[in-house]
Amino acid sequence: MTPARSSGAVLLAVDNISLSFGGVKALTGITFDVREREIRAIIGPNGAGKSSMLNVINGVYHPQQGTITFRGEVRRDMNTHRSAAQGIARTFQNIALFKGMSVLDNILTGRNLKMHATLIEQAIYLGRARREELENRRKVEEVIDFLEIQHIRKTPVGKLPYGLQKRVELARALAAEPILLLLDEPMAGMNIEEKQDMCRFVLDVNEQFGTTIVLIEHDMGVVMDISDRVIVLDYGKKIGDGTPDEVRGNQAVIDAYLGVAN
Amino acid sequence: MFYREAGQFKTSYQADVAIFPIRQDRIAIALIAVTAFIAIPLLATPYVFTGILIPFLILSLAAIGLNVLTGYAGQLSLGTAAFMAVGAFASYNFMLRVPGMPILLAFIGGGTIAALVGILFGLPSLRIRGFYLAVATLAAQFFILWFLTKVGWVTNYSSSGVITAQPIVILGYAFTTPPAKYLLVLSIVTLMALAAKNMARGNVGRSWMAVRDMDVAAEVIGIRPMRAKLLAFAVSSFYCGVAGALFAYAYLGTVEPEAFNLDLSFRILFMVIIGGMGTILGSFLGSAFVTLLPVLLSVTVRYLDSNLNLHIAESAISNLELMVFGGLIIFFLIVEPHGLARLWQIAKEKLRLWPFPH
Amino acid sequence: MQFFFEVLIGGLLSGVMYSLVALGFVLIYKASGVFNFAQGAMVFLAALTYVGLLEQGLPALAALPATLAVMVVLALVIERVVLRPLVNQPQITLFMATIGLTFFIEGLAQIVWGANVRGLDLGLQDEPIQWVTDTTGMVVSKFDLVAAGVAAILVTLLALFFNRTRIGRALRAVADDHQAALAVGIPLQQIWAIVWGVAGAIALVAGLLWGARNGVQYALTFVALKALPVLILGGFESIPGAIVGGLIIGASEKLAEVYLGPFVGGGIEGWFPYVLALLFLLIRPEGLFGEKIIRRI
Repeated sequence: MTPARSSGAVLLAVDNISLSFGGVKALTGITFDVREREIRAIIGPNGAGKSSMLNVINGVYHPQQGTITFRGEVRRDMNTHRSAAQGIARTFQNIALFKGMSVLDNILTGRNLKMHATLIEQAIYLGRARREELENRRKVEEVIDFLEIQHIRKTPVGKLPYGLQKRVELARALAAEPILLLLDEPMAGMNIEEKQDMCRFVLDVNEQFGTTIVLIEHDMGVVMDISDRVIVLDYGKKIGDGTPDEVRGNQAVIDAYLGVAN
Repeated sequence: MFYREAGQFKTSYQADVAIFPIRQDRIAIALIAVTAFIAIPLLATPYVFTGILIPFLILSLAAIGLNVLTGYAGQLSLGTAAFMAVGAFASYNFMLRVPGMPILLAFIGGGTIAALVGILFGLPSLRIRGFYLAVATLAAQFFILWFLTKVGWVTNYSSSGVITAQPIVILGYAFTTPPAKYLLVLSIVTLMALAAKNMARGNVGRSWMAVRDMDVAAEVIGIRPMRAKLLAFAVSSFYCGVAGALFAYAYLGTVEPEAFNLDLSFRILFMVIIGGMGTILGSFLGSAFVTLLPVLLSVTVRYLDSNLNLHIAESAISNLELMVFGGLIIFFLIVEPHGLARLWQIAKEKLRLWPFPH
Repeated sequence: MQFFFEVLIGGLLSGVMYSLVALGFVLIYKASGVFNFAQGAMVFLAALTYVGLLEQGLPALAALPATLAVMVVLALVIERVVLRPLVNQPQITLFMATIGLTFFIEGLAQIVWGANVRGLDLGLQDEPIQWVTDTTGMVVSKFDLVAAGVAAILVTLLALFFNRTRIGRALRAVADDHQAALAVGIPLQQIWAIVWGVAGAIALVAGLLWGARNGVQYALTFVALKALPVLILGGFESIPGAIVGGLIIGASEKLAEVYLGPFVGGGIEGWFPYVLALLFLLIRPEGLFGEKIIRRI
């Protein structure tokens, strides 16, 4: 049973979004909203367009149709830089960490928009560059403490096991102090213990920092437990939208998962 | 046993991010600095300065430049020598045409012109990646050398295409002796290496490495790959430009565009690969290696000749060099792709445990 | 007008020579995903070995297979010493390994055979074909025409090989993903040895033709560098692309030298193909025949 969480005004709204690649329609006429401080799950069979939806939200893909409203601004599409600057952070299905750098450096890259020292200042290092470096290091260490990855902070990311890499990716996203966090299958490939840890982290992020979360997840137990509302996609179309209980009883959703021919 | 971190606790983030966090490292660097700045000028012969130390330092600077572009930012470049040429000839023209130009400013000017040219030839990197980009840098290499040869204004209409670098005079003091030139080059290279290290471990360095490792992800977290790449080209070319100016003024004396040919570009690439891509230390190690190897080879050949009567032709030496370099590149790529710098790191780690095995 | 055609045809034919070198690149890239920077050095080595053997007194009919044998042995050694240890490393690592290979082969070739410039006589003269001059007044070289014919035959054979045979299919699989190919039981090592051997044979043909044209000297390795713009235009994986790219580069290079050169003092040939390729890349990063790369995130 999800505890009643006070959700606020609409933070993100997508209206009639359609996306196609060549002849392939990835998304058709998708409309939904996400309220502040809620945890919104997107579920659906493989290939339903879930990752594409996240990509549209943070500007990696540009939809052919529809609008995106974020923090009150209505837009035809987002672009990656602007979405990052406005407080959207995300993790990826296939881990998108910088394999050549350490955990600490990876997480520090998440704070790049908060650092303003110019090139020359950085070359000299004394003064603003040093201050920023140390301040941001402090912030990053907070994130590291929060996600309990102190012991691996100097390890090159490429050497870490999959579960820890996913946690580092989450850390990088959190380091940016986002308003909206997009998580693409954060628990994929994890065992029960790791999943429980990840759930705990996601809930903590939402409760402690008030971050709005949109997450794609396949594990129904997780989805039902932690999300406030759920969207169901199938073949690029929305076939369900509501609380976990509502969606669970929806016949169309059951059919989609059981593979009944439409 | 001696090289231990035990007992050295870092109580502030500042101590943790320092360039030389371990006390033994700091002592070592102090010793190296004393040797480099004081002992060597007093003890070394002119040949050691002009034949070994000065080219080693200058090419280390160029290697740092290439490392910034290829090692940190991941943009493969085969045109390093061309940017050195731009720096050399630009500095020459600044000294020639601007009355009373201080030579250090001319070097900076040369570097800046090289940086601008670097940005121009770096623009394709926004659309092209990998070996395609390498071929684009070849365009820079061939075009720039052709330009410097054909456009008479650049060489002051010298009929042979050779320019003679003006003497280096700073604040009335003429840097004409080998030790003087050595100290000047050493100072410049040390300062610029420090600056490069600061950039590499700062925000800009991280954005370079992010673009190198996965530029799509970098974009998503707010880094602008375009800006990062062009900045890498600019900084890299600046370093190569200053190195080129020093090459002309403090090493060769008289120089023609052909001195900055494709061969030199490859040589510097070797330094970066063998020394360790994406490290400042690697630039120095690689340069030392590539500079010393021919010396080592000719000494060995001479030894074999006089002591064992094994005669090897002079021409064979340069070919042996090629073979050794080529072979070593392959060796390093297989065994330790991160080069000598990594091997050095591993050695230090082993040293930390010595005399214990683990 | 006639002069224009003369220059054009001369350029096209010399472009065919570039294509020959590019074919070796394409073959190796298509089959192993490796961009073999050492192709030029292989051309040099092949040509040098051939004339070296001739100098040692071997008759041409024996020197040819002997050189071919050398190239095959080289391929085997390369596969064992360079490629096998670097299986599944990123492309850029393999590329740099081939740069190292280039210098190794160049040094080796010159140590073994010496660095003197030599001529190579294939019995083909670089003289104009009489009836062409008589009918059209243009000068077209007999040599160039034969070279073009040879290249045409090679291309057809290779295209058939890749698209129609089982081995060809296996090669394309290998180029895509080394480990996956290994996993389905494709004998990677054998295939690579075969491919590099064939590339060596192509290098031999290119070496003989180039050597006969320009003499066998160190500068031959730079000719191979010219193959790079060819590959950019034609795409790294396309055999017809290598031909078309070669033709375009050869023709444009000569035309530029003749028509634009005088305005800027000449010597354009050295960089024009590269700048052309560069400009082309800005419009179409995958080349004329290359495949668009879509990256998923």
